[in-house]
Amino acid sequence: MDFGGINPAVLIASLMVASVPILLAALGELVVEKAGVLNLGVEGMMIMGAVCGFITAVTTGSPLLGFLGGALGAAVLSLIFALLTQVLLANQVATGLALTLFGLGLSSLLGQGYVGIKPPATGVVPLGPLADIPGLGRILFRHDWMVYASIAMVAAVWAVLRFTRMGLILRAVGESADAAHALGYKVTRIRIMAILFGGAMAGLGGAYVSLVRVPQWTDGITAGAGWIALAIVVFASWRPGRVLIGAYLFGGITVLQLNLQAAGARIPVEYLSMSPYLITILVLVIMSSGKGRASLNAPASLGRNFHASR
Amino acid sequence: MNRRTLLATAALGLGLGLGGAASAQGMDKVKACFVYVGPVGDGGWTYQHHQGLLAVEAEFGDRVETAYQESVPEGADAERVLTQMALSGCNIIFTTSFGYMDATNNVAAKFPDIKFEHATGYKREHPNVSIYNARFYEGRAVTGLIAGHMTKSNKIGYIGSFPIPEVVQGINATYLHAKKVNPDVSISVVWAYTWFDPAKEADAAKALIEQGVDVIVQHTDSTAPLAEAAKTPGVIGFGQASDMSEYKTNPDGTPGPRVSSIIDEWSPYYIKRVGALLDGTWESIDSWEGIAAGEVVIGEITEAVPAEVKAEAEALRDAIADGSYHPFTGPLNKQDGSAWLAEGETASDGDLLGMKFYVEGISGDIPN
Repeated sequence: MDFGGINPAVLIASLMVASVPILLAALGELVVEKAGVLNLGVEGMMIMGAVCGFITAVTTGSPLLGFLGGALGAAVLSLIFALLTQVLLANQVATGLALTLFGLGLSSLLGQGYVGIKPPATGVVPLGPLADIPGLGRILFRHDWMVYASIAMVAAVWAVLRFTRMGLILRAVGESADAAHALGYKVTRIRIMAILFGGAMAGLGGAYVSLVRVPQWTDGITAGAGWIALAIVVFASWRPGRVLIGAYLFGGITVLQLNLQAAGARIPVEYLSMSPYLITILVLVIMSSGKGRASLNAPASLGRNFHASR
Repeated sequence: MNRRTLLATAALGLGLGLGGAASAQGMDKVKACFVYVGPVGDGGWTYQHHQGLLAVEAEFGDRVETAYQESVPEGADAERVLTQMALSGCNIIFTTSFGYMDATNNVAAKFPDIKFEHATGYKREHPNVSIYNARFYEGRAVTGLIAGHMTKSNKIGYIGSFPIPEVVQGINATYLHAKKVNPDVSISVVWAYTWFDPAKEADAAKALIEQGVDVIVQHTDSTAPLAEAAKTPGVIGFGQASDMSEYKTNPDGTPGPRVSSIIDEWSPYYIKRVGALLDGTWESIDSWEGIAAGEVVIGEITEAVPAEVKAEAEALRDAIADGSYHPFTGPLNKQDGSAWLAEGETASDGDLLGMKFYVEGISGDIPN
């Protein structure tokens, strides 16, 4: 079954792979924002994850350690953000932007000796006969384990935020830090934990780019994926399920436009290249038109620093 | 000291004096600078230019000092970098990407004593600017022939960088020679709009493979398309600009995607030009050499290619080298069916340098 020379099963399979980095980063940022912190440094943390993951994987020869290294590297970078905004009460927007610039520069420095090297391959999960189911097998059962891990993380984040005490506390901190403080919760500590989680997730996403999707290291490899992840969180109105939809939509259009080019569609290349970004803007406009902040579901304390003065 | 030795000494002194006068027009020491569009470690285009720099160092030793800057964006930044290099005492500056064309000429106007050499462009507005290029399309003809023989799906994918004549020549040469050995072949072009962006190049290769392409030809500089091709058994590709021999075999020992390559060999040209500056014979030239001069080299054809195809490819290479065959020989029509070259006519250099059209049989439009 083909549409205009494009096989939908293949398209869906490759959009799942293409979406993994933004999905992971957006999930992390969702948790950070749910805790009331706006960290605009996602791009910087992703690229730190990409370079640290790459270096770890090349040095140890293990892709698994590579992903851990990527998560760790980005979490360390996010710790700087946590220190500046939570302890020193710096402006979150400015600090986040600075974090992106810092991450881009630092990753370029760290990666100097690693350009043009092949990382160890991350294998496809062997699912035996499942992979041979026509159509479905190609879509669902021939991926590497990070694809499955990313989907599992969506479910995990959703369940934790919705059903657990931990999720409830996190949301309370994000909605009204003062109220949570009055109840005796350690607002700063909880927010720092959320920022570290967000950093680790962005790092995993970055490591996926440099270890699986490309797989190589080069300066600026994430190419703006972090900004897309930020947009997806708003697009998803802070709901994990919708983050999955947003990430797949964006990844899908990115893959589709290349496939259309390869299939020889008579649409000017420039329009195809800009289409993923156009649609992101369009959706953001639709999402935020005519409704108040409440219906957007944004955490009420988002971006506001908390200081326990009373 | 008798009279004879005195005369001899005088003659020697005269000779030295004359020699000294000659070298005064040349230079005792040259600082050669290079501007790269990607990182030295790209394994492709920039890597090869850097090999040229190293060859210059090896050739002239103490008489040459070199400097380079990597990953310089094409555009306004390039002009700043070039000005900085000119001010820092470079005597000759090689700008190694098409997009530096205007920047090179602008800066050259301000520094008439410094020599500029611009790769792959066509503007030579000042007496201190030379342009140099290699006839990559000759290599494309050879790899196109291999591609035509090797494809099973009869679909060849071409990752284009920018729609400029050099790339269009490559697409046309690839298609014509694949078509010659396999009349059913078709070519799909994806424009990446970058020379070096591994993520984008990998995505483009992936999209092509999903469209049933089993031979990937790339006109971008990184090894990412080959890394992507390696993920799908049966898909082959070619090293671009550099040999990319690390993709000859996969990590598990099976044959890798790279079956041959087009290698850009800049060292002879760089040595010649820096040498010319040293001995004072540098003048503005327009150099466009190919397989014959050794600037375009076909990398080792691996055993994945059947012996008779390999022999045919090597025969084509040799015919181009000795001048008995031109990759663009008539009768050829343009994409719209209008006549371009008559029977036996070959394309002029002017035609090639301004090539903005596909040949008959290729579908799709060239973006503006």
